[in-house]
Amino acid sequence: MATTLSPAPGAPPRLRPGRGGGGARAAAGRLRRAASRHFYAWLLVAPVAAVTAVLIGVPFARGLYLSLTDATEATVGRTVGADEIPAAYDVVGAGNYLAILSGEVGEFWPRLAWTVVWTVVCVACHYGLGLGLALLLQRPVRGRAAYRVAMVLPWAVPPFVTAFTWRFLFNQDYGVFNAALGAVGLPAVPWLNDPFTAKVAVIVVNVWMGVPFMMLALLGGLQSIPREHYEAARVDGASAWQRFVHITLPGLRPVSAPVVLLGTIWTFNQFPVIYLVTGGGPGDSTELLVTYAYRMAFSGIRDYGGSAAYGMLILVLLAAMALVYQRAFRRGGGAW
Amino acid sequence: MRLAPIAAAALGLALALPACGTGAPAPEATGEITFWDTSDATTEAPAVRRLIDEFNAAHPDYTVHYENVPFADAQDTFKTAAQSGDGAPDVLRADVGWVAELAALGYLAPLDGTPALEDPDDFLPTPYSSTRYEGATYAVPQVTDALGLLYNTELLAEAGHTEPPATMADLKRAALDVGERTDADGLYLNAADGFFLLPHYYAHGGDLLDTEAQRITVNDGAGVAALEEVLDLIESGAAARPALTDTYATMQTAFKEGDVAMIFNGPWAMGDLRAGSAFAEDPANLGVAPVPAGPGGQGSPTGGHDYAVYAGSGEAEAAHAFIRFMASADTQAALSEELGLLPTRASVYEREEVASHPTVRDFAPVVETARPGVWIPEGGTLFEPFTKQLPAAVSGSATAQEALDGVAADYRAALGWD
Repeated sequence: MATTLSPAPGAPPRLRPGRGGGGARAAAGRLRRAASRHFYAWLLVAPVAAVTAVLIGVPFARGLYLSLTDATEATVGRTVGADEIPAAYDVVGAGNYLAILSGEVGEFWPRLAWTVVWTVVCVACHYGLGLGLALLLQRPVRGRAAYRVAMVLPWAVPPFVTAFTWRFLFNQDYGVFNAALGAVGLPAVPWLNDPFTAKVAVIVVNVWMGVPFMMLALLGGLQSIPREHYEAARVDGASAWQRFVHITLPGLRPVSAPVVLLGTIWTFNQFPVIYLVTGGGPGDSTELLVTYAYRMAFSGIRDYGGSAAYGMLILVLLAAMALVYQRAFRRGGGAW
Repeated sequence: MRLAPIAAAALGLALALPACGTGAPAPEATGEITFWDTSDATTEAPAVRRLIDEFNAAHPDYTVHYENVPFADAQDTFKTAAQSGDGAPDVLRADVGWVAELAALGYLAPLDGTPALEDPDDFLPTPYSSTRYEGATYAVPQVTDALGLLYNTELLAEAGHTEPPATMADLKRAALDVGERTDADGLYLNAADGFFLLPHYYAHGGDLLDTEAQRITVNDGAGVAALEEVLDLIESGAAARPALTDTYATMQTAFKEGDVAMIFNGPWAMGDLRAGSAFAEDPANLGVAPVPAGPGGQGSPTGGHDYAVYAGSGEAEAAHAFIRFMASADTQAALSEELGLLPTRASVYEREEVASHPTVRDFAPVVETARPGVWIPEGGTLFEPFTKQLPAAVSGSATAQEALDGVAADYRAALGWD
């Protein structure tokens, strides 16, 4: 690396392509050439790369290791004042994973099914409503700026405030929704008492929270589509629907693809809405994989091994999903 | 201020205490300690802070740093800090249900024979039992509480009942009468919370676990009878159909607003209830009675808080002196008189200024019949399975037996017992 700036004694001042050298030498030469060409970039990136490796890599490696053990709060090594309590857990290999995937621990499969339903419904609503609102706000209307600000509001409210507010709105006896139903003579709905209505309720809350981000991102995307395309289409006599399908949607693709992926990951791991609105209830009917992992990790004597394995499975699922999604988009000629 | 004379007395006693017993005044070592208080930051903490200021003034060699930690997070925060060996407080105000778990994990220092445990015979046996783990004492009781039957005197009278119900059968009859003869519901049950179910368990002679025989009893005959009683109260219309999310808050609101005549709750709720529209103008309208008895007995679960010392504290001496002060009869009396906290020392109940506090007066008979909890390391996890399993039973999609079998299965997984 240092060759370009300060040639070491005996080294050529500037590396030339490894002409006439062996294969290994050629490869080394290429590597060195690449390193020297991007030396400055490497230098700039190095501190961030190092910090990231430590901040993400170390906890990740630790989590991966724990997931292969039967460590609990009672068996990990710890220092209590002058007392050094040695670790007393064993490596169990894939034991935790097998226990979870076989359904012995953690009710993985039913939780996964509901988590997938939750994610698909929420992201579809986020995207659909976000796109609709973006199209509306794209038109020249009086007070457009004010509308835009108002639509961003749900995003600006901290999630726990949102969650508690909605929980109160859904309250069976003193909530606003049932009061409104009562005012028009309809019977009260036990929103959070029944597994189905509770699921509807948490989806509504999450959609309310997630739409502004989609709307803003898609609004940006809409504005990047050249006006001329629409004008040309209009000259050719394309209908509004045709313009939407053939210009707007493809034009939005570079924006849609990443925001849908992001939204999927966020929604899949959406913790506060479930935890604060229903607490996973009634029973455990609205519990997602991620809230379940939290329960494993933090209720009673903490199960580090089991919850780490649970977390790793969530990670694998999301990584696989992201990979497939990205491939599909690349094959479809997506922009990234 | 009416506190001043007591504070002065407490201060004087605290100053005098180290001198008695040893004959010569013991030289005080120096020490700085941190105290995590989990009491309510707005209603209770100011009184605790004043006591700490007094302690600091009376013991120039010791300094107590006060930190208010929200109750809901405190156990987790403490465990994380204790395990990492960094940032744990020297003294923690721990829920009675935490002590066995923290002691089993090695985070608490035993207090037998230390100055912290002054006059242990004076403590009420039930709260004191919460401090014991495997033959040693790991905490000192601060405050005790238990569930009582709280009732709206006016609504009961309107329904033709001048006395609160004393048995579960009376409870159902009175609740049905309220439902028929007034606009209010008779009863509101916090049905998804196992803690609030315990009076029914005790009424049928049951309990969650038999710790001595290491047996799970949550789903035996008594347990099923207890849950069936709860379901019957709801199905028959005696109790309102409970919300399963925010149950506690909904129950409180309904009772405060006079929409329901009876609930089970503890002394911690009294301040909030007295501010409600049903009781604000007429505090005497809020009645408290022991929970009703059943065919197999009577009793309500013991709650409350203890002071514990972190095993890694390097300042044990200061911690012990501080706890001795905080758990002394005078300090308990001061807290009780100001906040209505129920003392854990028998002698404090004899003091006129304590006995005349409305909350203490109402709850003293309730606490007398309270049952000790199951003080085992897994004690903190015993109520969560109820939250998971009970909604199905309440909504009718599972029987009492099925729901409790689910709870028992969770217990088996957690405890490894039969």
